[in-house]
Amino acid sequence: MSDLSDTHHIPKRGQILFAVFFLIASVLLASLLWDQTVWKKGKDLFSQARFWPAVGVFGMLGFTALHLWHLPRRRFDRVDWQEGRIWLTVLEWVLWFLAYVWLVPLIGYMPVTLVFAPLLTLRLGYRSRKMIWLSVVIGAAIVLFFKAFLQVKIPGAALYEYLPGGIRTFFILYL
Amino acid sequence: MDLITEFFAQMHASGSYLARWDVVAALLAGSIGGVLIGAIPGVGPAVAIAILLPATFSMDPIVGLTVLLGIYGSSMYGGSIPAILINTPGTAVNALTTYDGFPMTTRGEARRALSLAYSSSFFGGVFSVLCLIFLAPVLAAVAPMFGSREIFLAALLGIILVVTAHRKQTLIAGAMACFGIWLSTIGLHPATYSKRYTFDQGWLSSGVNLIVVVLGLFALSQAFILLQGEDEKVRLTRLKGSFFQGFRELARHPRVASVSASFGVLMGMIPGVGEFTAQFMSYTYAQKTSKRPEDFGHGSSEGLIASETANNAVPSAAMIPLLALGIPGEALTAMMLSVFYVHNVTPGPQLFQNDMDFVVALYLALLILNVLVVAFLLVATNQLIKVVNIPNRFLGMSILILSFVGVFSLRNSFTDCILAAAFGVLGFVLKRLSLPVVPIILGMVLGGIMEVKLRSAMARVKTPLDFIDRPIAAVLFAIIMLVLILHARRVWLDYKQQREKSRSTSRASTRFEAHLSRRNRSLISERGKTVRSRRKTYSRPSGDKS
Repeated sequence: MSDLSDTHHIPKRGQILFAVFFLIASVLLASLLWDQTVWKKGKDLFSQARFWPAVGVFGMLGFTALHLWHLPRRRFDRVDWQEGRIWLTVLEWVLWFLAYVWLVPLIGYMPVTLVFAPLLTLRLGYRSRKMIWLSVVIGAAIVLFFKAFLQVKIPGAALYEYLPGGIRTFFILYL
Repeated sequence: MDLITEFFAQMHASGSYLARWDVVAALLAGSIGGVLIGAIPGVGPAVAIAILLPATFSMDPIVGLTVLLGIYGSSMYGGSIPAILINTPGTAVNALTTYDGFPMTTRGEARRALSLAYSSSFFGGVFSVLCLIFLAPVLAAVAPMFGSREIFLAALLGIILVVTAHRKQTLIAGAMACFGIWLSTIGLHPATYSKRYTFDQGWLSSGVNLIVVVLGLFALSQAFILLQGEDEKVRLTRLKGSFFQGFRELARHPRVASVSASFGVLMGMIPGVGEFTAQFMSYTYAQKTSKRPEDFGHGSSEGLIASETANNAVPSAAMIPLLALGIPGEALTAMMLSVFYVHNVTPGPQLFQNDMDFVVALYLALLILNVLVVAFLLVATNQLIKVVNIPNRFLGMSILILSFVGVFSLRNSFTDCILAAAFGVLGFVLKRLSLPVVPIILGMVLGGIMEVKLRSAMARVKTPLDFIDRPIAAVLFAIIMLVLILHARRVWLDYKQQREKSRSTSRASTRFEAHLSRRNRSLISERGKTVRSRRKTYSRPSGDKS
């Protein structure tokens, strides 16, 4: 089957780094196959618990090894390490996300979102009042749409327990 | 004839599914939301569907699926707007629209291009739904012939096609599909009750949730990409006048439109193929049969019709393998499969036999959706194009907040969020390297299906030939072999072409030193040595004394 992937530009930087990392992961997973799966006597091959994990890990191993072999450049270059450093910088956003996830059950979905959105907007370099207020409005709208309107399952925060009766129920249900 | 009469009676019965306020609201929300999402470059239907998926679990299946289908079907309409106006496709499948749409904008025909894109998309969408409606009785008759081994072979074909469709990236696509298969095996094995790759961690016993992986690979990774990138300055063209002229222009190209829509339907029905192949085939066809092939890529109306008609015909057709066999052909339908599972509705032959009203209601919803979207676009395009101005990094922040709802509302688990973040990083790396992400999702979904179906199929198989002794199984097996042979042939041709290119001196330097250096390299290579020894043998003086 032909597709338009020919027209896509595939960058060379970082390809070897990813291929080597994925190959190491595949080797490790393949070496753990016998430890992490069982083989039950009397059962046929396709009913064995080990069969499909083996298809997966050995497929990963074989395809990744061949991919590595067919790479246009099989030697590490300075640009690969530069690309690796860009991958690491993304960890900052991961930490922002996990901090948000950690704080919501403690302080509450609405209060955390109303602080998190403008803070992240500031971190991104936006300094105008318009953008900061826009982030607050968007944060509030997301919470109201999902929690109050669609009633998605996000539990009330630990902090809400200290609120007086009627307000507490309102906060737990809608904010 | 009886089948068709019976089917129209069923259409009447299905009307009751749609005549509900929540379904109507879902249709409106899905269609308008989908257009908006498509019009914002950097979001796309996959991100939106991944985020909204857990929210739809509390809805009725028809309501939840209508919202998701609405987003899927209408996002491509919206995606054509930035593709035409600013040369940036709103969704990945609108990439080909930029070839002819943007040149039309640069010569002051933006309104004509948009109008043509809307009318072509509408034609593709409606053509596809009508094909489905008339195919439904046939599908209902054929679907029960699919037993375990046929579904296994169809899923295997889907995986093979999704891997081989990634031309020049087949090996890494295969590795990603196998990674997906491995992910699907984590947890408790239902047949032997033994743990697989749980590393004695309780949270891994129930396996890796597909939605967590989807949210990580599509939504979080996209947020990271946008947060990491730069904002772009966008200059928009002012649009004046009516958008109806496109329908008149489309009517002048009935052949291109109908052939492109047929390619869309055909490619949508085959698991693992989808929009890119459909567009490629219809664009190539339109160019080869056009009276002005030189216009393609420089603002050809036929090129625009071909690409937009083909991609909009795919979503409805992609529902065929999902509904009839329970096999998703691509990432978006794989996500929709989880909506069925949550509501204990098993898509497959039984759905066609027992709940045909539901299936037809979905088709009708798709039909109404296309009408709603076009009506919305004809009146609201001037306002809608302003969403293109949203800064990328600000958009990334919004997607990060939205991703939280998707992951956390699933099971209120912090571990799920960590796992989603890890997949987000993986998705970020894959997107930066332009490596395929979709095979992971399809490997995960189809891997699970293949495991169950192969186990139950093998219980009734004594010799390997028994596996393909039924007509549909034999046909599927033949198709698998054909796809593999064609792929092997293409790999060989690519290899030959590359080898010839490396030996060719047509683009080499003409400097004397470079020529000497090439000659020297040729002489010391293995092939050079063989050629020289052969020439030496032939030019050896004869030993005859006569």
